[in-house]
Amino acid sequence: MKVHVDMNLCQSHGECVAVAPDVFELGDDDVLVWQEDVDDSRRADMQEAANVCPMMAISLED
Amino acid sequence: MLRLVIVGGSLAGLRAAQAARSAGHEGGIVMIGQEPHLPYTRPPLSKELLQGTQEIEDSALQVGELDVEWRLGVPATGLDRERRRVLLEDGTEAPYDRLIIATGCRARSWEGPGADLNGVHTLRDLEDAVALRTALSSSQRLLIVGAGFIGCEVAASARALGVEVTLVDIAAHPLLPFGPQLGERWARMHREHGVDLRLGVGLAGLRGNSGRVEHAELTDGTTLTVDTVLLALGSVLNNEWLSGSELELNPAIVCDATLTTVTDPDILAAGDIAAVPVVLADGTPLRVEHWTTAAEHGQLAGRNALLDAAERADHATPPYFWSDQYGSKIQALGCPALADRIEMLEQSPEDDRFVAACVSGERMIGIVGMNAARRLPWYRKQLAAPQPLEQVKLALAQESSTLGAPVGASA
Repeated sequence: MKVHVDMNLCQSHGECVAVAPDVFELGDDDVLVWQEDVDDSRRADMQEAANVCPMMAISLED
Repeated sequence: MLRLVIVGGSLAGLRAAQAARSAGHEGGIVMIGQEPHLPYTRPPLSKELLQGTQEIEDSALQVGELDVEWRLGVPATGLDRERRRVLLEDGTEAPYDRLIIATGCRARSWEGPGADLNGVHTLRDLEDAVALRTALSSSQRLLIVGAGFIGCEVAASARALGVEVTLVDIAAHPLLPFGPQLGERWARMHREHGVDLRLGVGLAGLRGNSGRVEHAELTDGTTLTVDTVLLALGSVLNNEWLSGSELELNPAIVCDATLTTVTDPDILAAGDIAAVPVVLADGTPLRVEHWTTAAEHGQLAGRNALLDAAERADHATPPYFWSDQYGSKIQALGCPALADRIEMLEQSPEDDRFVAACVSGERMIGIVGMNAARRLPWYRKQLAAPQPLEQVKLALAQESSTLGAPVGASA
């Protein structure tokens, strides 16, 4: 599964980091870095990260 | 198969329906919404939408191919628990096996003289935001009554549009839940951006010829010339339709940590309308009127509603809140409003980024940060439960990526 984050929308709230700190991380200057390829077994977590993103910046692709 | 009814067509209600479907619920879902719109997200209404950097369609929440029966534009008017039915304004009924209530809040109105003049606004819904945006496009002088989050955000948005802003509040500080120490900082921020901020002053009345607002009288006797007024006086719960249901209201719906109402195991509540025990408040049921809580509650309520009461999971994450003003991001975790003092923990040498602890007794029960997003995950871990501030400071001393030591003794 691929995890997309629209960096035009992301405002570094860090809600995704709270859900899955092994996939999402806030780097220097508060900019989000993340793993694009995530194992399918993490689908529920990734969906939750997308659901709690206040900017609706996260989307998933099979 | 269970029939699930969700009353409330905003964020919490939508997330509940999505979570129920994701959890494999194959029975019917009826979504009842007072507003005629599909669910949308409200935070841009005081910021991006108002400033014109986002359009109306950008605030739509993604609904996708969600299999629900929408009953939009039809408010619920009553709840018959005995017959397990929600009563709707159009005279129809929605029978349920499990019910999720997420009817949220509306803007608090003001009944003083001149309240019905043209040019007087409140801000809660999409229509409110569009009307205010239209007004601000030709406004010269905006008066905002109430320096809470909505009032402060609209002040920042209006300044970005070049509108002259007077912001008044009867309190001694803006953003009162964050306390007096930080209040001085927010006051300075607004004044530095050209807002005429008047504290300890309320609105006495509005006047205008030909039905339009032209003057505002303040409680200190001052008269202001204005063309637009925003009443940002907080919110009231949409709970009237529950009178007679005998659900326990405080006035929010009192729930346990699984979002199940304490009155009826087949009824759950989510979002602004739900009072849910908060770990950082030692389990006191609190209403947390924030976006993230609505999203989290919705997800959990949608899953829990499908389960027997004994199998339901708790909501346990600390409340999270943010506000954007003048290009700065203010973020809070936990329960700042319950703190009795604020203590600066980290601060950049330029003082444009900080994290402050919200302390109750000797325990940290929340934090407020400004432009400190990358530090929040660390504090989120500290705030799983209240812990002594001294312990947090010891842990902080081991941290390498802090913003810097506090600059001064005061915030």
